This record gives sequence, structure tokens and C-alpha cells, in this order.
Amino acid sequence: MQLTLHVWRQDSPGKAGRHEKYEARDVSEHMSFLEMLDVVNERLTEEGKEPIAFEHDCREGICGTCGMMINGVPHGPKSMTTACQLHMRSFKDGDEIWIEPWRATAFPVLKDLVVDRSGFDRIIQSGGYISVRTGSAPDGNAIPIRKEDADAAFDAATCIGCGACVAACPNASAMLFTAAKVTHLAKMPQGQTERWDRVLGMVETHDAEGFGNCTNHGACQEACPKGISIDYIAQLNRDLIKATLSAKPEESGKDA
Amino acid sequence: MELKSNIPSGPIADKWDNHRFDMKLVNPANKRKYEVIIVGTGLAGASAAATMGELGYNVKVFTFHDSPRRAHSIAAQGGINAAKNYQNDGDSVFRLFYDTIKGGDFRSREANVYRLAQISLNIIDQAVAQGVPFAREYGGLLANRSFGGAQVSRTFYARGQTGQQLLLGSYQALERQIQAGTVQISTRQEMMDVIMVDGVARGIVTRDLVSGKLQSHTADAVVLATGGYSNVFFLSTNAKHCNVTAAWRAHRRGAGFANPCYTQIHPTCIPPSGDYQSKLTLMSESLRNDGRIWVPKDAGDSRPARDIPESERDYYLERIYPSFGNLSPRDIASRRAKEMVDAGHGIGEMKNGVFLDFKDAIARLGQDQISERYGNLFAMYEKITGESPYKQPMRIYPAPHYTMGGLWVDYDLMTTVPGLFAIGEANFSDHGANRLGASALMQGLADGYFVIPLTIGNYLARVSHDSVSDDHAAVRDTEREVTERLDRLMSVNGNRTVDSFHIELGRLMWNACGMERSEAGLRDAIARIPELREEFWRDVRVPGSAADLNQSLEKAGRVADFMEFAEVMCHDALARDESCGAHYRVEHVTDDGEAKRDDENFSHASVWEFQGVGNEPRLHKEELEFENVQLSTRSYK
Repeated sequence: MQLTLHVWRQDSPGKAGRHEKYEARDVSEHMSFLEMLDVVNERLTEEGKEPIAFEHDCREGICGTCGMMINGVPHGPKSMTTACQLHMRSFKDGDEIWIEPWRATAFPVLKDLVVDRSGFDRIIQSGGYISVRTGSAPDGNAIPIRKEDADAAFDAATCIGCGACVAACPNASAMLFTAAKVTHLAKMPQGQTERWDRVLGMVETHDAEGFGNCTNHGACQEACPKGISIDYIAQLNRDLIKATLSAKPEESGKDA
Repeated sequence: MELKSNIPSGPIADKWDNHRFDMKLVNPANKRKYEVIIVGTGLAGASAAATMGELGYNVKVFTFHDSPRRAHSIAAQGGINAAKNYQNDGDSVFRLFYDTIKGGDFRSREANVYRLAQISLNIIDQAVAQGVPFAREYGGLLANRSFGGAQVSRTFYARGQTGQQLLLGSYQALERQIQAGTVQISTRQEMMDVIMVDGVARGIVTRDLVSGKLQSHTADAVVLATGGYSNVFFLSTNAKHCNVTAAWRAHRRGAGFANPCYTQIHPTCIPPSGDYQSKLTLMSESLRNDGRIWVPKDAGDSRPARDIPESERDYYLERIYPSFGNLSPRDIASRRAKEMVDAGHGIGEMKNGVFLDFKDAIARLGQDQISERYGNLFAMYEKITGESPYKQPMRIYPAPHYTMGGLWVDYDLMTTVPGLFAIGEANFSDHGANRLGASALMQGLADGYFVIPLTIGNYLARVSHDSVSDDHAAVRDTEREVTERLDRLMSVNGNRTVDSFHIELGRLMWNACGMERSEAGLRDAIARIPELREEFWRDVRVPGSAADLNQSLEKAGRVADFMEFAEVMCHDALARDESCGAHYRVEHVTDDGEAKRDDENFSHASVWEFQGVGNEPRLHKEELEFENVQLSTRSYK
């Protein structure tokens, strides 16, 4: 098939960007979306132009590195699918495709489709863990966990940190990302000790990083390639209210 | 180059304990005076950084990803082995040790493997305490499964995403130390070289992948946790950015490279669909528990699977290996698939695969049961191919996967360069000539959580050196060499893209040094690689600037190193004039077509010393001594 691409090109963080038009020729339906971009990039290179910078790594939908707006939708038209797992059979001959970076104040563009998502790491630093020194763990079977709880924790833990939720949200909120980690750890007995400090710390950093508030649009859940549910945001809010009401003011936001 | 393995004395079960007692310790108050650099944040690197930070060392960790959580450990599907014997089915530390030695076809070091089996117990405890959501039984206890042909159920798993969950556990432990200020992280920084001062590793030079700026970092020790090199084949199951550069740069600075020809081919991957193919996707080996592998009996038969009657199908693994059948080990299943395709029995549009068929399993167990077991894998397969494995058989073919070879290390995981350590897939230590399923995660975490944090103290407590200032001649010289190399890459300005060279090198390596190796093929490759390398440096085109985010330049540097590394891989495969594990030399085959070891002449690790680009590397040998296991022939018939 023959496609027309409109790709966001931006040389560096401060500079103004623009859409540039490229023809993608002889695209096979079996190609992944990123392989289609690879082919375009090879041609650009041969023509002496700079290829389109985009991020990717595992190309199996698990590392969370890739991500771009495809026709205004994070990761493109196929639900529960990262850009690397999107294949060209989802498009048809003659299609025009608009390709842009994640858009959020907290995700500044570094170049073309590459954005800085380090805010996510700083949210995790603020409590998204269980404090256990290496070597100090009890036997793995010392704490039985109901299968339902373990499965629920796992479901929340499958977030790949790609940032699609932020890109989809009209407020550029990272609540789905934050809530997934809060829920994963809150569902397990190991996570109880630090549960209240964790939610306070992570939400404080979330706000400080410039992510917006959640106003229950639900766009994040739609965009999430791993099907992370907005029910977790409700869980986060419950924990946050409890923690806020019970915390002494000087302790709020303290690292566990 | 001297190979001192420093294996502790005493009975094998006591070696690690004895060694921990004999080690020199760094006083807790002094730990913060030592700076340790760790390169890479996969399972090994992240767990090492977190643990050393907890111990009080001053840790600086580097990753070329945008976040430490992206490392390729995240893609491991199957599970992690541990000799917990929770199933009471006869497992023990010794059995895991024995299985690993045997699975590695008797080409690994006993003492290291025994320690790995011992530590496997602690890893599970640690991961559970961190909140890793392992699969559980209804009673709430941890679930296990049998994996990769093991006769006991010792594999712990988190659905098909065990690597992801374990890595997130290590990543979170690392982020906790970053918050605590014991670990300083630099993301989007690629290691370009090792800084050597008086023969000792004292730092690294990195390139900032956004600004292009080079920076030197000095320390008291350097730990490489930089993964494997399967991308030398271009097409592999590895993530696109996996590369050999850190290990290769260390090798050029004097670190011996051990057994580079030991590369594992995974039998169940999705075959390529066209020239644009950028990587190969692994489908978990667990699928072989219920899927049956077959090809049409008639070469060239291009009917769809459903139109081929039972009598015209060849279930070749079941035919050749009646007792193991579709569960034959990875290397054997891979080679038989290649033979079938080479003989014209390949299936699919490109005739480049074999069928993995679930029809009988669905008839026996029902679609719901199959979906429960493999639903996520079937969905992934359908996303990639557009075909539903519920309705037609999967198409599979072997692909390069894990590399057992790596930097040679002693018992303390130190390379032949003092002060330079290698952990995880980057070292050569534990898997011999073939790695068993669910053992990679185990080794990465054993090295990172439990071995290196102790053994590095044993090194630091014994050395005393002055700090290295930023304007030290060694620092400036290394930086200058890196700059010159980047300038050279930018200035060729030829006609061919970096990928076109990588693809050509990959094809050459797959044919000569892939699933099957022959003397003639290897000699030919050793002659052709330098020609290709020369063409690369004459005709490569790297657009853009070095002072900018430049993905072409990143690739070019890595491919340039693969071009040098490929040669030593072929030399190693040629010098190892036997077949063992994943290394299959067509000249050394038993009467029934299996790998034929030569224990008399090749019971050693081959360790290569760099002699300059284009010069034949020098071979050193670490003789392997087996005091606790009897060498035997692997048989799966």
C-alpha cells in the first residue's frame, strides 16, 4: 500500500517544530508500524536527510519505550496494542497518517517523537517500592497471599510506564500510572507498612512534576496498551483520603 | 593474560561460605568513601546498584535508556528457577546444580554453578518481599511449574511476564536508593570506553545521547551489567538496542572474552515476514507443552494446514525422539526445524517455518483451558501475524536468543582487568555451552543481589589507590580516542546506511556461525568480515551531527564494534573443534545426528586476548575440573 505520513519534526527541546510530509511506498500489511518507519528512515538517510527520531527497544510491547500519537490516538487505532505491536494491516492503501510525540508539559519533547518521561521515575522514587534490604527477607512462603489478591496485584503491576495515559488525558494527568503502582503494592500484605506514606509521597511528586489532576474522563484507560483500569484511580483516591485524614501535617509526603 | 579463577578450596557445598568468611570486609564507615560505577540497569545492574547502595557504597549507575526500567530483562517470559523444593518432588540445591552443569553440556565452572543454585533460594525470598506478584495457588502459597524439560517443578513465574515483574522489583529497589541518595543515576548515557590507570579500571567515558556531550567518570571499581550480544546476527529476540559495545570496549582494554561462540538459538520464534524485518519475537517455550510440531511430508507442499491430511504430516520430533517428543531441548528442536526447512518442507508464504499445532490440545482440553494457559501468547501472535492460533497452527522458526559467552570472570566476578567486573549475561560464568530455561533471571539476580555486593568489597579492601582527577592523562587520552572515533564515523559520509551493514553482517554470521558451524564456513567468514568492516569504514553514511540526539550515530558505533567482535566469535567457533551444547560443528556429530563432545581436548573455557583489530586474537584456556559430577552424554531419545 502507499501511505502519506505527516510527521512532527523538532530539532531540539527549545526549538519550534513543524509537520513534514513523507510518502511511504510499498508498505506491506505484515510490517509493524515501527518497521514502516524504519523503511522511511532508510530512504531518508539514503537521500541525505536526517531520519525521524523515535524511541523503541523490545518491539514486543513490554519495555514501554515506544509511544507516539498516531492520528491523534496514543499508540494508534488498535486497542491494547503498543505502537511496536501495531501492524500495517490496521491501515489501508492511500491513508494519511499523522504522527506526533506525546504531548504533555511534564513530557518535554527532546527531538522529533522523543520525549522526556523521567517524571515517572521520580514518582516511583517517592514511595513506589517496598523497603526491604537485600538479605533481610523471610522465606517466600512465610506470607501466604490469597490468589485473588495476588492476581489483582499482578494486574495492576503490568503497567509498562509508556506514558500513553498522560498523552491521552486532556489534563495530562499521570494518575493511572501512579494509581497502578499504588494499587499493586496496596493489594499485598508486604505493602501495608508503607501504604499511607507511599500514596502521599507519590501524589505529591506527581503534582510537583507538572502532571494534571484526574477529572474522570477515562481516556487513559482507553489508551492504555495493557488495559490498566481506572478503578485503580478510585483505589488511589480512597487511600489518599485515608492517608490525608490520618497523617500528621508534618509527616505528609514524607518518604517511607 | 593470566587466568586465576580463585575458586575457594574445600568441599563444593562449603566453598561460598568459606569464601565469605575469608573475604576482606570494608568497614561500614569506610564504604561511603568508595565509588563504584555500574553500567546497565537490567536485573543484574539494578539489583547490584540497589544492594551496594544499601550497603553504603557511593554508587553511580548508567543506562542508555530513558529509564532504568526499560532494560531487556523486562522481556523474559517464562520464569525463574530456584531449588526451594516447595513441591516436595525431590529437588535440592545439588539437583539444580547438577541439572545446570549437565544442561550446559559440561562446559561451565562447578564452583560458580553450585553457588548459583545455593543463592537461588534467597532470590525468591527477596523478590516476594519486594512485592513481586508471583503466581500463587488457591491456598495462597507460591505456585511452581516444570520448565524447559526439568524433571522437577522449580520454576516460579508471574504469568508470561516474569522478567518484567522481577525487573520492576529491582528497579523499585534501585529507585529507593536513588531517593535515599546512595545511588546517583545517569539515564540516556552510553558507555563509550573504560578508563585504565596503571593497568587498573578506574572509570568510564560516556556520551550523553541527547546533547552528544562526552563525559568522564572515575571510580574505585567498574561493574559491567550490559547484557548479551545476540544482535550480532541483526535478527534476534533481543531488543533493538542490545549490543556488545561495553563488553567489547573492555575486551580491547585487556579483559579476556570467554566462549564467544556459545550462542543459544531459541526454537519457538515467529519467522520473518519480509526484508524489512527488524527483530524476531519469541513465543514462550511453554507452548511446546501442548503444541505439536509438524511439517508436510512432501517438500514444497503449499496447501494450507487444514487441507493437509494427517497421513501427509510429519510430526518429526515425536518421530525422532519418542520419549521427549515436542519437549526436546532447545538446541535439538532448533536444528531439526532447520533441517526440515532446508529440505524444502518449510511452511508459510516464505517457506521459512514449521507448524506448532494446538488442534489436538484444543480438542482434548477445550478452547477455554488453552486460552487460560496461553491466551496472552496467542493474542501476541495474532497481533503480529494476523492469524489466530485457535484456528490455524502457529508458524515458528528458531532465532538467536541468549549468549552464554561473555567477559571471562573469576569466582569474584572480576574480569582479567583488575577493578573491572562483569555480571549477568555480560559474563560467561554459569551456563556453559547451553543455558536452561528460567536460569537467566536466576543468574542475573544472583550476581546482582548476592555475589557482587560482597565480592567487590573483597577487592576494594585490598587495593589502595589515589583518586583520579578529571585532567589525569589517562582520562584525557581515553576521551580523545572516543572523540576521534566518533569524528571518524561522522566523516565517512559514504553511500550505505548503518542498518544495511548490520543486516549484511548478521546474515553472514547466521550462515557461518549460527545454528550450524563448519570449518569451511568459518574460514570463509573470517576472510569476509574484515572486508565488510573495511567497506563499512569506507562507505557508511551517518547523517546529522555528533553534538545532538543522533540515533544513526548510536547504531553506527555499536555496529562498528559488532564488526570487530564477529571475528573473534568465528575464531572461537573454529578453534572449538567439537560440538557441545548450542555449539554445533557439522564435523562432530554422533551416528544419530547429535552433538559430539570431545572432553579430552575441549574441557576448557576458551578465553581470547585482544591483539589489535584484524589480528588473530590469542587463545588462553581455563581447564574445567569436574569433581562433583560425572561427565556423561546428553541423551533425550
